[in-house]
Amino acid sequence: MGGVGFLIQCLNAVQYGLLLFLVASGLTLVFGAMGVINLAHGSFYMVGAYLAYALAPWIGAHVQIGSLHGGFFATLAVGLLLSIAFGYALEWAFFSLLYEREHLQQVLMTYALILVLEELRSVLVGDDVHGVPVPAWLAGAVPIGGLLTYPVYRLFLSGVCLLVALGLYLLLSRTRLGMAIRAGASNREMTQALGLDIRLLNRLVFAGGVALAVLAGMLAAPVSSVYPGMDGQVLILSFVVVVIGGIGSVRGAFVAALLVGAVDAFGAVFFPQAAGVLVYVVMAAVLLLKPEGLFRHA
Amino acid sequence: MRRALKIAPAILSLVGFGICPLFADAYALDLLSKTFVLAIFALSLELLVGQTGLVSLGHGAFMALGAYASAAMLRTSDPRSFLLVMIAAMAAAGAYALPVAALSLRVRGMYFIMVTLAFAQLVYYVFHDTKIADGSDGTYLGAAPRISLGGAPLFDVTRSLPFYVVSLTVLIAVWVFLALLARSRFGSALAGIRINEQRMRAAGFQTTSYKVAAFVLAGMIAGLAGFLKASKDGYVNPALASWHQSGAVLVMIVFGGVGRLAGAVTGAFAFVFLEELYKSEALFGGAAKRWQLMFGLTIIAGVLLLPKGLVGLPDRLRRLARERAKVHA
Repeated sequence: MGGVGFLIQCLNAVQYGLLLFLVASGLTLVFGAMGVINLAHGSFYMVGAYLAYALAPWIGAHVQIGSLHGGFFATLAVGLLLSIAFGYALEWAFFSLLYEREHLQQVLMTYALILVLEELRSVLVGDDVHGVPVPAWLAGAVPIGGLLTYPVYRLFLSGVCLLVALGLYLLLSRTRLGMAIRAGASNREMTQALGLDIRLLNRLVFAGGVALAVLAGMLAAPVSSVYPGMDGQVLILSFVVVVIGGIGSVRGAFVAALLVGAVDAFGAVFFPQAAGVLVYVVMAAVLLLKPEGLFRHA
Repeated sequence: MRRALKIAPAILSLVGFGICPLFADAYALDLLSKTFVLAIFALSLELLVGQTGLVSLGHGAFMALGAYASAAMLRTSDPRSFLLVMIAAMAAAGAYALPVAALSLRVRGMYFIMVTLAFAQLVYYVFHDTKIADGSDGTYLGAAPRISLGGAPLFDVTRSLPFYVVSLTVLIAVWVFLALLARSRFGSALAGIRINEQRMRAAGFQTTSYKVAAFVLAGMIAGLAGFLKASKDGYVNPALASWHQSGAVLVMIVFGGVGRLAGAVTGAFAFVFLEELYKSEALFGGAAKRWQLMFGLTIIAGVLLLPKGLVGLPDRLRRLARERAKVHA
């Protein structure tokens, strides 16, 4: 593999890692703040991809902001608003019942939720594989090293993910809301005693987690296309990311997601036979050295 | 008298299953045998979850390993002894369970759940992506394991009635074994770990070795279930190790009632019954294709309304009746 090929693999690794981070950050936030193990988190990613597929012809074609084709952003915005509302309602109707229950029951109920969402998806959209077009103004490719090119959309995707990661960091570390979320995660009762509405906080964190997964799904749809069962792989890899990074740690999830992305991208090149397995080997190695993950903080 | 009442359901169902072959057709027998194998699988997880307090979401891997080991033993068309293949299947599952236990028992709670899941995915991808056993398509068994008496084959275990007898026998054997185990010193130690691990450690128990032993044993029994499944189906595929399978078996034991062996078996039966019920077009017409929706909603309702599972239902009803009587008095 030459220098240019290596560069392309690096870009792929970063892009996949950042996408995984979007999904995993929501998962780890919900773990950290509410102590809920949510198997259905991958389904939110699937919902996002299907939203991108369903909304594109409705909104994507009609919205024009100035000279810029705003349809893509309008689709994202509508999708995000819908997902926040969906997450808020789901927390209120379903997940708030899970907090006081054992992990075992949480696993079970969220497993059941996967079945329900999967079947609803099948009823509403059917079981076909669909492609989602890349927006026209992002459809090109940039030349790399003369002979090879790299799609603009993938670069754009990485950029958006990086911006979201930065925003998340600032939100959690620099704002009052972020402080309240961190306080709630480290001591629920104390936070409540200080007069913060922990239930509202939970609802916001959960809605935010859903929105992150949906955003990841919407962004990924043009690259990966939209198909039944697309939630499984992402869910398990996000779990691996959360375990490697340390449950509850967003910073850990970021590092771990990039690591997993790199292992996956380079594994596919160097060990095509063992590509699926490598990620889990890395996880086992991390657990051997640091059983609580890389960035577990108290 | 109370003891008699307690074991009455077990005796009754035994008699029931004993006379079933007299009037059931091959389809019903196959469905029942499938349920028996699932019940063995559920019992193996119950040893971990209910008896030891370790929630594993990767138990399917051990069933898959048992099945694939059986397929490897029976690759060619010359049949091998039932016992030999069975032991190989359990050994293969146990051999993987040992390092997985050693690694995953370093962590607890949510970490344990996710780490066991990841190690099961490892197995899934090994079978799915490599050519060890024909990748994602799965592979066929060249022959069925043979049960012979004095050199002559006794019967063909892939046929409905013999397999029914064999799987029921194994189910009873596993159940009795686990019931005796729970009453043994080892079983009491596991119960102690479940209730308060720190106290057990303070009392001088090497709790980690007990947990590893329970994990390996559970893996081996899951391998046994995998062996039975592979023998009957005649083929194996990576889906056995998928996390859907591991999730489904957790659903069974929780739905049936965690903490009691009868719960695992009841859960397996309820699982198959509900699936067949919701899939039945005679009852639900076109909605039968959407059975997962009803199934998922039933699980959610079950967990919410029956915290002790189906086997806790009689107790719950009795308590409700008593409270009502008190109100009226």
